Amino acid sequence: MTDDPGSDLTADEARALHRLAGFMVPASAEYGVPGADDDAIFADIMRSLGRDRNAVRAALAELRAIAGGDFVGLDEATAAAAATTLLGREDPVVTALGRAVLQCYYRDDRVFRALGREPRAPYPKGHALEPGDWSLLDAVRGRPRMWRNVDGETTR
Amino acid sequence: MTASPDSVRPSDEIVDVLIIGAGASGATVAWSLADTRMRILCLEQGDWTKPTDFPTNGRDWEARRYGDFDLSPNRRGRDTDYPINDDNSPMKIANFNGVGGGTIMFTAHYPRMHPSDFRVRSLDGVADDWPIDYWTLEPYFAENDRMTGVAGLAGDPAYPAHEPTMPPVPLGRTGTRYAQAMNRLGWHWWPSDIAIATTEYDGRAKCINLGHCTPGCAQGAKASVDITYWPHALRAGVELRTRCRVREITINEHGMASGVVYYDANGIERFQPAEVVILAANGIGTPRLLLNSASARFPQGLANSSGLVGRNLMLHPWPQVFGYVEDELDGDRAPQTVMWSKEFYETDRARGFVRGYTLQFSRGTGPANEAITSMAAGRLPWGKDHHRVFRSLLYHRMQIGIACEDLPEAHNRVTLDPVLKDGNGIPAPRVDYTMNENTRAMMEHGIARASEILTAAGATNISCSRTLLNPPGHLLGTARMGADPERAVVNAWGRCHDVKNLFIVDGSIWVTSGGVNPTSTIQALALYIADCIKQRLATLFD
Repeated sequence: MTDDPGSDLTADEARALHRLAGFMVPASAEYGVPGADDDAIFADIMRSLGRDRNAVRAALAELRAIAGGDFVGLDEATAAAAATTLLGREDPVVTALGRAVLQCYYRDDRVFRALGREPRAPYPKGHALEPGDWSLLDAVRGRPRMWRNVDGETTR
Repeated sequence: MTASPDSVRPSDEIVDVLIIGAGASGATVAWSLADTRMRILCLEQGDWTKPTDFPTNGRDWEARRYGDFDLSPNRRGRDTDYPINDDNSPMKIANFNGVGGGTIMFTAHYPRMHPSDFRVRSLDGVADDWPIDYWTLEPYFAENDRMTGVAGLAGDPAYPAHEPTMPPVPLGRTGTRYAQAMNRLGWHWWPSDIAIATTEYDGRAKCINLGHCTPGCAQGAKASVDITYWPHALRAGVELRTRCRVREITINEHGMASGVVYYDANGIERFQPAEVVILAANGIGTPRLLLNSASARFPQGLANSSGLVGRNLMLHPWPQVFGYVEDELDGDRAPQTVMWSKEFYETDRARGFVRGYTLQFSRGTGPANEAITSMAAGRLPWGKDHHRVFRSLLYHRMQIGIACEDLPEAHNRVTLDPVLKDGNGIPAPRVDYTMNENTRAMMEHGIARASEILTAAGATNISCSRTLLNPPGHLLGTARMGADPERAVVNAWGRCHDVKNLFIVDGSIWVTSGGVNPTSTIQALALYIADCIKQRLATLFD
């Protein structure tokens, strides 16, 4: 059925999402990447909720219920436990929440570079593709016909 | 529903042939009929898509496949889309509404049906035979390949001889890995016929490996019909009007189609008279329109004396099996599909089911989609281990699709939803669909074989998505062809048994589905029906 983009997040919802995003994809010095709560990435997430906005709001409501109130005010360990509980649920709104975060995280220039990829759109430069090893087809060439004719003839 | 035009409604000039839908079959039949010099008009509810509109132009190219280029019209929700109630189906409906239709969003995997696909009753004792056969369509397959531009390699022992028009898409690292595994197992594989230009072709640029073929090709290398058939049809004099949504086909006092009522780009209700009407609106849009055209003369819906309009819907269940190897592969830096296997295509009753499937070998995907799909599948954790695991997935994916033949069953059907309507207030379609035991057994067999292949390729972390994530958008069987008016909606050349100037050329007319992507065969059928019309012009309505 048609998705309704829904209304904007409240300030409280935005703060909760910001903290939750940091639990979902944390910054890592080891991999040289920011977290999903990085200012630029989070701003992109907020701008790009689109068709997932209602689902994200529903997920945040679930988080609030798990947290027993304001998620932002929880200490680190309690907040981490609440986030883990929410993110472990097999629930379409949690899937949508993940999509909303990941689709923005994995287009950030810094993240792209850390993955060894040039931060650009595919067009117009495209990519190089190796031809591959066509000699492998020699094992298949010349095999007997496999398809059945309309008279039901078995050909293998 | 109003059954005939009235004086209040603006009426356009009569045309000889009115085609509804500018997708794969509509474009093809329009081009073929153009050499008759008849006045031909096509009404399309969607827009043209400019090359600059396609997602691979921008940094948000992966996100847009979940937005304005989503496969589902319900999520995409453009004003040119109509909603579909598919709540009562394990497979969701994929389509695209616009010039090019589903070919805008297809992967361009382009196999033909096999000869046995047209004779399933005679060969395997199930469903029904088609009233035509592979050899009837063979010259039209060849003509369609020339018009489309097909990359591939002659000599596949799984098919009757045919000559693709361009060299195959490179195997790359991923294809090489698959090929090694298939040779180890001793199973058939072959580079797929793919509707992607690997050389410059008919004024189109060659593929530069943008990678994301499904949500449209910014390079214009993918052979969507907006850039293959339509330019030729328009130059030959066919008129195409976009943003024109047909509400119903009208009938005159002789029981012949008199034209259509449609809403133009400004939402104005108009009447377009026509001598011949051709439906090319896909396996859901076509029955929807016929059912919406019920009248006193045709109370069950137009051309529906058999009661079969909307029934026998086939959707091609399409499980996907994933595995990950240690080496870096092609990922999203190449056309998505590379090769097929027909090892399990023809019936072998020892497998516990009849008919069979194609294995479709795909490359990987991009960073965002790898993360989103792996997160949903439980492969990718949140939290501090996210980055380590992600690096073991991205560009390491192998993915095999299993294109299962879906046999026709009357209870799988398209009806009109009693509540849901599109933006013009036209009743929307509802889909009721279940899978039978033969299909389930086939799916599980294919999943097991695909897992063996991935294991032979050295993959680990093997998992499967059965249906929900994989709607192929193959909409077939809902106005099937056959000689008997009590058991078919159209005859052996696409003319409705009940209405002699009404034709159907899209996937609705399929009797069975085969285990292949249908576009090549849909277009060959459209060329065949166009030729039948041209050969019978003097006696077309007899």
